[in-house]
Amino acid sequence: MKTITTTDTPVAAVNNGSGHTLSILVNNEPGVLMRICQVFSRRGFNIDSLVVSQGRNPSFSRMTIGITGDPLGLDQIIKQVGKLIDVIHCFEHTSIDSVTKEMILIKILCSKDERSAALQITEHFGGKTVDLTPSSMVVMINGDSPKVDAAIAMFSQYEIIETVRTGKVVMARGEQPT
Amino acid sequence: MGIHPTSPSNSNFMSKQQLDGAQALIKTLDDLGIEYIFGYSGGAAIPIFDALETIKTKMKFILVRHEQGAVHMADGYARATGKPAAVLVTSGPGAGNTVTGLMTAMMDSVPMIVICGQTVTWMLGKDAFQEADIFGITIPVVKHNWLVKDTNLLPKIAREAYHIATTGRPGPVLIDIPKDISQGPFTGDMNPKISLPGYDPSSNFDICPKGIREAAALIAKAQRPVILAGQGCMIARADKELMHLAETLDCPVTSTLLGKGVFPENHPLSLGMLGMHGTAYANKAMIECDLLINVGSRFDDRIIGQPSKFCKDAKIIHIDIDPAEAGKMIRPDVMIVGDARAALAEINEKIAPQKHPEWNAKLDGYRKKYPLTYKKQGGLRMQQVIDELYHLTKGDAIVSTDVGQHQMWAAQFYKNHESYHWLSSGGAGTMGFGFPAAIGAQLAHPKKTVISISGDGGFQMTLFELATAAIHKLPVKIVVLNNHYLGMVRQWQELFYEDRTSGVDLVGNPDFCKLAAAYGIPSVYIKRPADVTKQLEKALAYNDGPILIHAECVKTDNVFPMIPAGAALEDMITEAPKSRMAKPVGST
Repeated sequence: MKTITTTDTPVAAVNNGSGHTLSILVNNEPGVLMRICQVFSRRGFNIDSLVVSQGRNPSFSRMTIGITGDPLGLDQIIKQVGKLIDVIHCFEHTSIDSVTKEMILIKILCSKDERSAALQITEHFGGKTVDLTPSSMVVMINGDSPKVDAAIAMFSQYEIIETVRTGKVVMARGEQPT
Repeated sequence: MGIHPTSPSNSNFMSKQQLDGAQALIKTLDDLGIEYIFGYSGGAAIPIFDALETIKTKMKFILVRHEQGAVHMADGYARATGKPAAVLVTSGPGAGNTVTGLMTAMMDSVPMIVICGQTVTWMLGKDAFQEADIFGITIPVVKHNWLVKDTNLLPKIAREAYHIATTGRPGPVLIDIPKDISQGPFTGDMNPKISLPGYDPSSNFDICPKGIREAAALIAKAQRPVILAGQGCMIARADKELMHLAETLDCPVTSTLLGKGVFPENHPLSLGMLGMHGTAYANKAMIECDLLINVGSRFDDRIIGQPSKFCKDAKIIHIDIDPAEAGKMIRPDVMIVGDARAALAEINEKIAPQKHPEWNAKLDGYRKKYPLTYKKQGGLRMQQVIDELYHLTKGDAIVSTDVGQHQMWAAQFYKNHESYHWLSSGGAGTMGFGFPAAIGAQLAHPKKTVISISGDGGFQMTLFELATAAIHKLPVKIVVLNNHYLGMVRQWQELFYEDRTSGVDLVGNPDFCKLAAAYGIPSVYIKRPADVTKQLEKALAYNDGPILIHAECVKTDNVFPMIPAGAALEDMITEAPKSRMAKPVGST
């Protein structure tokens, strides 16, 4: 049986103090992502997470971008993104005015003896096993970023083969558009 | 058995005169009022060039000698008219050669439409002959661009391109057209509606009343106001509103390099250009004013020096059409986002006449104490040539410049009396810009005196366009101020790098008069200060085609006043320093 440790895998830090979440509605055209990424890279902002998908109206796409960088420059960068011809609007959202969710798939090495404990952790986080073999398990968990971080920390007791995070999606609370 | 030549279906098809994509594009450009296409052909652009022959239009095509020349010509045309011209080039290297010109236009908000041929769609991304991802390459240097994938969309995209280039904050746009798209049959709508849900320049004319009220309140309290007029004021054609504001408030006006002429520089309230090599009195006014009214300038680093010390005791009103300029460099007390003319018209309704005799007398004192001067002994100075050009043309000429010392001296000594008469690469500082830009301006204004002022360095970057000027018999006055140096860099090396000249000595310059003669272009040569007037008069009187004025100038003159890059305006020097200076903290 594998020795269980809690210190050998670093916990991913997703949202520290300088992180921001932008929601951008854009024309569903080739090259739009390139235009937006260039604005960020030129001003020294790093993209931490990026989710792009077709909008409800297929002429548009929705991008949710998590970025880190100088907060003083953020206001200006939002305006620079906003003035791109293909951008319909660009809003910054905080955890107060919006809900943020992401999903993670965690693949661990897990023998028959370890399985029930792993399932308990999965249940605790409201997750699901989506793949199971005699020696491994893939767990799916969704929630806000701190919850996902906590799940990774718990599963670090096992040998994590890999993790895949979707990145954050955000939606404004109440009747406000995102 | 073949198709019968008189079969009904076939003859119907022939009589309908179906257009191809290229023809639909050329027709659309003509409809949009494009007057000139500057270009250079190549394989992927042949269908579009062919359409220039098969479609009858009012447009004129100018064959250049290098694609960079084409883009700068379109730029000069736009800076002299406010209207865009088109550029037509082929794929790969042809398209690549437009990048510097696009960047130049983008930095200075100049409209133009660049059309590139491209390899066929099924070869895109497969390293086809003369393939370059010009769409990807140019994203950072255009206002918008397109890679066309549907022949029937060409008229719509051309109309969107024109709309985007010319409205809001203008800028260059690029349309990349694969060869199968341009030569494919066109079956679409020639007059489609454009649809740009993310772009609404009409909102620029709705000026926020709160900003106007706050601006008027600051103006009412001002004791020492200054107006900073930028190119945005010119683009908005706010010359009259600006004059009204200045005269009502008895308020001095300084302009940026690109704003030269929007307020006449021979007006008693004019302070000339401000900034790194601006007049001492303009910079003193910035230091001592208690209210700065910036109309359409983006607070370029050449103007503000050290941002934290810029106008730190003054209130600042900033009018700009681009919301992304709000607080980018300087945080204003009142920001008005919108068209400069619309904003000034509203401000003008809310202000009462003012008089500032003490303030203007103080600035007059600076005018007398720190005049722009130069020596007429010890060799020919570039300043003298420019100064005499100004007086001989009475300030009426359209003047283009290149980049460097001569550019700053031209800005100081060629006073502009009206808008759209000054063509200079400000933001990008593109050497090689001036001469082709003058060609574009002369085509736009065949009857006007157009003077291209270049140094020996920049002129040699695009001198191949001598052929273009010669074959069209364009009466451009091509002034080459030759000091055998890249003078501005040499000046920095003298002042900040212990006079170690590195990579600036232009040994091997050609005999510029003989060079002109090789293109059949006459020339005059000036070496002595005493000959300047006579030789310039001769050159200005010649209008049968281009003429080159080769002025052999002193090798090591320096431009003053000067504010070292990144230094505060207070650190301005007005003459050569006695001791060595610290290296500037600013970028360039």
